Amino acid sequence: MFDAIIIGKGPAGISASLYLKRAGFDVLVIGKDGGDLEKTQRIENYYGLERPLSGKELLDRGVAQAQALGIEVRSAEVTAIEKEANFTVRTEQGVSESKTLLLATGKSRIKADIKGLESLRGRGVSFCAVCDGFFYRGKRLGVIGSGAYALSELSELTRFTKEITLFTNGSPLTAQTIPEGLSIVPEPILSIDGTDTVEGVTTIERTIPLDGVFVAMGTAGASDFALKLGVLTNGTDLAVDSDFMTNVAGLYAAGDAIGGFLQIAKAVSDGALAAKSMIRRLKTL
Amino acid sequence: MALDITKDNFQKEVIDSEVPVLLDFWAPWCGPCRMVSPIVDELAEEVSGQAKVGKVNVDEQQELAAQFRVMSIPTLAVLKNGKLTALEVGARDKESIKKLLDL
Repeated sequence: MFDAIIIGKGPAGISASLYLKRAGFDVLVIGKDGGDLEKTQRIENYYGLERPLSGKELLDRGVAQAQALGIEVRSAEVTAIEKEANFTVRTEQGVSESKTLLLATGKSRIKADIKGLESLRGRGVSFCAVCDGFFYRGKRLGVIGSGAYALSELSELTRFTKEITLFTNGSPLTAQTIPEGLSIVPEPILSIDGTDTVEGVTTIERTIPLDGVFVAMGTAGASDFALKLGVLTNGTDLAVDSDFMTNVAGLYAAGDAIGGFLQIAKAVSDGALAAKSMIRRLKTL
Repeated sequence: MALDITKDNFQKEVIDSEVPVLLDFWAPWCGPCRMVSPIVDELAEEVSGQAKVGKVNVDEQQELAAQFRVMSIPTLAVLKNGKLTALEVGARDKESIKKLLDL
């Protein structure tokens, strides 16, 4: 059991991990990649940089700094988070538990552009298997996605129905564990069909009749976890109080995930302040 | 205190209600519903007299869930004079839920 698990190894997550570790708490950082910052070529507006650094270099330095302090930084994709008394964090590699959790996953700038996805939301299009699978017992379902997150959602849905098709929407299948005999439609999707409720999915090659579609494209981000945990949001930004805590007790968020000024300086500050609040909470537990 | 709405009291408590009714469709296994539930309880106290707040357990009240075509929870619905005036899916803060009631 960790005192804190931090999801995201960017400036907000690493900054928080430093403060937590230095205060004597057991902390685990889990991150898949460096998100937006990794793609940034030159950073010139951050404190202390005499010469510009690439985002990748700054991220590597952050991780190295945390590791030098003895913090475990795990390279893995988080596919699910559960909250009971403590937090359970699932990755393809295993399960970890913690007393507090910080979401510092950044912000996904990719918007799924499939016809019918928004208009049929809540009418057969769902973004949360654990919330909505129940309504599709014995029904025909599609899951859109191609990675570990999609397979995690699909696995949750097998509790309710056996008739599930995975639509990778033209993306390569990157999930490591794929159930035997799973029906996979690889070609790009044109639309999710239906006037009132979902009736099927049309790809560039065919139309497949379905009763529901679960969307789990790419990796799960802060807003996906928010949806599943009941975290309140302002649009796609997670809503936090002045202590950086969400409406879920013990669950904090920092950096781009909470919106505002999407800059490294702000993310580092968020991480430090969130850690300060987490430390205060951990001392009372 | 939010009322427990079932198919047996639905007509009396919801359809025949003289004040607007907010319904919270939930289930015990639904994580986000657990976050909405205390907000709805607080609201029930705040709007007492002006509106009614009810909870529908979709596990037990599958007919009601089907009647409202609930396919995702939490779902919040508002009825005035027996007619549906708002239907929202997902967790909301208290102010947003209060707005749905449009008092």
